[in-house]
Amino acid sequence: MDFFLSNTDVFVTAIWQTLFMVFASLIVAGLLGLALGIALYVYRPGNLLGNRGVFTVLNVVVNIVRPIPFVIFSTAIFPLTRAVIGTTIGPQAAAFALSLAAAFAVSRIVEQSLVGIEPGVIEAARAVGAGPGRIIFTVLIPEGLGPLILGYSFIFVGIVDMSAQAGLNGGGGLGDFAITYGSQRSNWVVVWITVAAIVVLVQLGQFVGNHLARRALRR
Amino acid sequence: MTSSISAPHAAGPPLVRLERVSKSYTTPAGTRVAVDDVSLEVREGEILGVIGYSGAGKSTLVRLINALELPTSGKVFVGDDELTALPESRLRQVRQGIGMIFQQFNLFRSRTVAGNVAFPLRVAGLGRAERDARTAEILDFVGLLDRAYSYPEQLSGGQKQRVGIARALATNPRILLADEATSALDPETTADVLALLRRINRDLGVTVVVITHEMDAIRAIADRVVVMDEGRVVEQGDVYDVFSAPSTAAAAKFVRSVLQDRPSAETLARLRQNHPGRIATIQVAEIKNFIGVVTTIFLEAGVDAELVFGGISELQERAIGALTYELSGPDERIDAALAALTEHSLTWNEES
Repeated sequence: MDFFLSNTDVFVTAIWQTLFMVFASLIVAGLLGLALGIALYVYRPGNLLGNRGVFTVLNVVVNIVRPIPFVIFSTAIFPLTRAVIGTTIGPQAAAFALSLAAAFAVSRIVEQSLVGIEPGVIEAARAVGAGPGRIIFTVLIPEGLGPLILGYSFIFVGIVDMSAQAGLNGGGGLGDFAITYGSQRSNWVVVWITVAAIVVLVQLGQFVGNHLARRALRR
Repeated sequence: MTSSISAPHAAGPPLVRLERVSKSYTTPAGTRVAVDDVSLEVREGEILGVIGYSGAGKSTLVRLINALELPTSGKVFVGDDELTALPESRLRQVRQGIGMIFQQFNLFRSRTVAGNVAFPLRVAGLGRAERDARTAEILDFVGLLDRAYSYPEQLSGGQKQRVGIARALATNPRILLADEATSALDPETTADVLALLRRINRDLGVTVVVITHEMDAIRAIADRVVVMDEGRVVEQGDVYDVFSAPSTAAAAKFVRSVLQDRPSAETLARLRQNHPGRIATIQVAEIKNFIGVVTTIFLEAGVDAELVFGGISELQERAIGALTYELSGPDERIDAALAALTEHSLTWNEES
């Protein structure tokens, strides 16, 4: 405990690093994944812009990238990370890898949220003369908002998990702190406190998500 | 507006014209023909009923009129536009002039009642003030102005459909397409919604196409009817004519099944157990004292006639139905009586 108290400044920095990684990648992956997920949904044959060729390409790419474990994925894209961020270590590099990896996960979540929308609602929008762009932004997203928010909460938890793994690759943050100041020095108090911090973060995220989803669903 | 009220059965020039239209879908199981070489017209100002069993192609047919579906072959005209020759961007403009309502209402759950009604106005590019004014006006017309800020899930089925109708009418379309619009509603609410559709036709002069498998909807509001079976139009014409004297076997089969004024094979078999005589069904005719005339014919021929099945109802304020008699007596007298029915221009058939 004394050891932890003498390193609280490192702990606080780690929290900020984690928050930065999580929220930066949540925003970037959220937007990329939203675009990719909507594309998966609308290009599916029989849907709004049904196109078997486009859909197959997107579907295969997502299926290939998504199951790669994050630790391996982030290592594999080191050259790309170096090209874009300038380095492969530190929270910014980790956030870049996180954003890419999470975007593919988000795309599936988005696609699943949209599948729940009644096709008849989209038909009603088409019947009044609405074009695809308008339907996507003023019908699909609002109609799927509740499930989308719940999906993003789920992804938030996933990103916190991945950000801890990012510590292994020198990404910094709470994962890094738990390992270098905790387990590697057999200081379990540090590990437990870090775990508690992550649990609180996850709980807060899930709570906010549930609250927003309830409002969107009016329940 | 008053001028259109005075013409309750207005049948103007064709507003919609389908020329030899077919629509087929490719499924893993093979090609499925939903609409098969259909030609028909919807006249300006009328209520056209399209009736048939489910799967007869009615829903696909109605979606050809607002180009939600494009035909595999044939031409579709709405007003002066040939939809089958227009690019998608123009089709969107055409759709703004054609309202559509649905069996499951298809309201936007994320929007209030007013938001649902304003949506097509937004698509049409109206400014906020105009949108608000028109939304209030049309909600008032359907009697839901006080529910403007409710969400769809707070409404009853009938109210939801009225919102659907308000949304469909927001842009003042010339045509309203109703796809099984009352099939999810209870009988009382169905009557309200049908009355509203009639009011839209009579008071606003909107041409209405009603797709349904329910005879009551046709009976209540349609001026003309199209009977569909397996993707084809098997009969079309004045509602009374089609239902009182269907000219094709497929139409006759459908008419029998919805009117239920003739004994089914099972009913006939039961009747035979208690009625050993010959059994004949006479179609109700619009003549003075119909039953009296029939009774007199049997009396004069010396035939014992017992009414065993049938009924008379009303369609477009005219009598429709059939009566089934058991006829007892010598065969030659029965034949003479049946011949006398024909002489009186009555339509009959002997049940085999």
